[in-house]
Amino acid sequence: MAMISYRQALQDTLRAEMTRDETVFLIGEEIGVFEGSYKITAGLLAEFGPVRVRDTPISEEGFTGAAIGAAMLGLRPVVEIMTINFSLLAIDQIVNHAAKMHAMFGGQVSVPMVIRTPGGGGQQLAATHSQNLEVWYAHIPGLKVVAPATPADAKGLLTAAIRDDDPAIVLENLALYNTKGEVPDGDQAAEIGIAQVVKPGSDLTVVAYSRSTVIALDVARRLEEDGVSVEVVDLRSLRPLDRDTVCASVRKTSRAVVLEDDWLSYGVGAEIAATIQEGAFDFLDAPVRRVAAAEVPLPYAKPLELAALPDAGVLVKVISEILDATRFAR
Amino acid sequence: MPSEARAAKADVAASRALPGDESPDVLRGYYRQMALIRAFELRAGEMYTRAKIGGYCHLNVGEEATVVGLMAALEPRDYLFTTYREHGYALARGLEPGRVMAELFGKTTGVSGGRGGSMHLFDAKARLLGGYGIVGGQIPPATGAALALTFRGEPGADAEAVMCLLGDGATNIGAFHEALNLAALWRLPIVYVIVNNQLGMGTPVERAAAEPELYKRGCSYRMPGERVDGDDVLAVRDAARAALRRARTERQPGLLETRSQRLRGHSVVDPARYRSQEETERLRTLDPVPAFRARLLEAGVLDEAEALQIDEEVDERVTAAVAFADDSPDPTPDQLFAHAYASPVPNAPHQLPGDPVVTI
Repeated sequence: MAMISYRQALQDTLRAEMTRDETVFLIGEEIGVFEGSYKITAGLLAEFGPVRVRDTPISEEGFTGAAIGAAMLGLRPVVEIMTINFSLLAIDQIVNHAAKMHAMFGGQVSVPMVIRTPGGGGQQLAATHSQNLEVWYAHIPGLKVVAPATPADAKGLLTAAIRDDDPAIVLENLALYNTKGEVPDGDQAAEIGIAQVVKPGSDLTVVAYSRSTVIALDVARRLEEDGVSVEVVDLRSLRPLDRDTVCASVRKTSRAVVLEDDWLSYGVGAEIAATIQEGAFDFLDAPVRRVAAAEVPLPYAKPLELAALPDAGVLVKVISEILDATRFAR
Repeated sequence: MPSEARAAKADVAASRALPGDESPDVLRGYYRQMALIRAFELRAGEMYTRAKIGGYCHLNVGEEATVVGLMAALEPRDYLFTTYREHGYALARGLEPGRVMAELFGKTTGVSGGRGGSMHLFDAKARLLGGYGIVGGQIPPATGAALALTFRGEPGADAEAVMCLLGDGATNIGAFHEALNLAALWRLPIVYVIVNNQLGMGTPVERAAAEPELYKRGCSYRMPGERVDGDDVLAVRDAARAALRRARTERQPGLLETRSQRLRGHSVVDPARYRSQEETERLRTLDPVPAFRARLLEAGVLDEAEALQIDEEVDERVTAAVAFADDSPDPTPDQLFAHAYASPVPNAPHQLPGDPVVTI
């Protein structure tokens, strides 16, 4: 067990998987000589050489599609798309091709490809560089979409995604790269498709993923001191979605909030709220609330950016509103 | 075939004298493949109008010389990525006509298990890595397949290579240019073949491409380009073979343009009203199947009786293919999620419309 950053966990995992399996290779913009826009791949070019750490021109559709073809022939490419915003340039290859091939060709081929890409706002990168587009991919059958919140899960879920035979999106987050946490040593593949109760509680469930899990845990610990017991469910996998774990938690707590970084309408929270009303309707003491990003292209100016993004303060406020309104049931 | 069409071909045939060193068996084999594709496509069109085939159905009618020439150049060890106009390529690659027709019929015995249909034929053993329904969607994956070949083999005469087919319309999409750039930068063993039938749906090449001599579009990537008469099976074969040889031995990617004409609409349901009656008549005189037949008769490689025998044989094969497809079982709804994922995963969706998403 070591205390390392989310960035270090990703880098250690790439190194370990490339060492373990020579079919694993990295491909993307500026990942070699420049060592990655966010330095996840620092040092790997020197260690593994330019064939397995392949710098590409600015051609997201071209190199993402090339990774698909390489995967069809049995290699295990790990694509870095510099930010999730740029993945839109490759969306035909991801959605119309990677996601379809196994089923559409009758199971004769698989696409064991990973796309690592960070989402997230809050860095004053303005509207085109701050989006959380995970539901675009979480909507698509044939893909697997994971969203690790901690360094340990960054290791476990990236390892699992690389070893998996299906195309997987590993959603990273700009705000998480420097966060630290305990990471178990040795071979640690997590299971895709499983959510986790990362903090047990009895009064209310917060459902979260990626950065929002970190915020939810922080809020839960603070509220614990005030005598409020919040349970935090970390989704970890957006596709497949572990609906049972979410519903089991809400059946216990009777109250739920979804904290999400994406936009409200049609977002992760909409899917979770629909799931809860179907799987825990009789147990609910209050409507499920969603804390999501304001539905505007994210502005550059700091006060506007802060106003648009969900944070701990808003989550505390919404939790208080639900608890106040349902005091009768506590 | 109508006798006047055969007569019209005589001049064309005479202008394409056969090289003396071609094996008669090989030449007859090419004619047999071209005739099989023609018979298969005409029958597919008929089956479509009888609602045995659904969705889109694009035929290779008029492109048989290109199809057979390209497939003659491709070795069994090579990989093929093709477009949605692909039945002929699958047949010439050696796929059983019954399994191809069964795919068009949506049957479990189809080459893609009935899940792909006309546009998505696939056969891992034949290294036919897909027909692709999105225009140009196959170009980046084909490029990546060529990249994978560089991981597992050295250049040489016996090396594997990739052939990536695309239509004239696909040369206008971004992915074409991105992929050619990558292939040239990384020196990948791939030959891109523009099967130029001179119409992207109803739009002529000249109205779609600022450089309508499409083989020149490789210049930006310092990629050798060549144009060949797509109605001449031997010319197509030889040009493709040479390009593949450069890809194998030098890892020099290439761009080959074949020019031919589809004699039908874009798909079975397209009456091609954008063509004048005169144009349709003119195109009919270029039909490569009777032309090659006449060429072989002229050269004494075939006599009329042998030619008729081939025509009857392929017709019987297609009849048998239709019967096989007809007799094959439909997939059943319980198989809906059979290929949802290659690696099993907890909580994979399995609900049919209306099913509860959570079981309480």
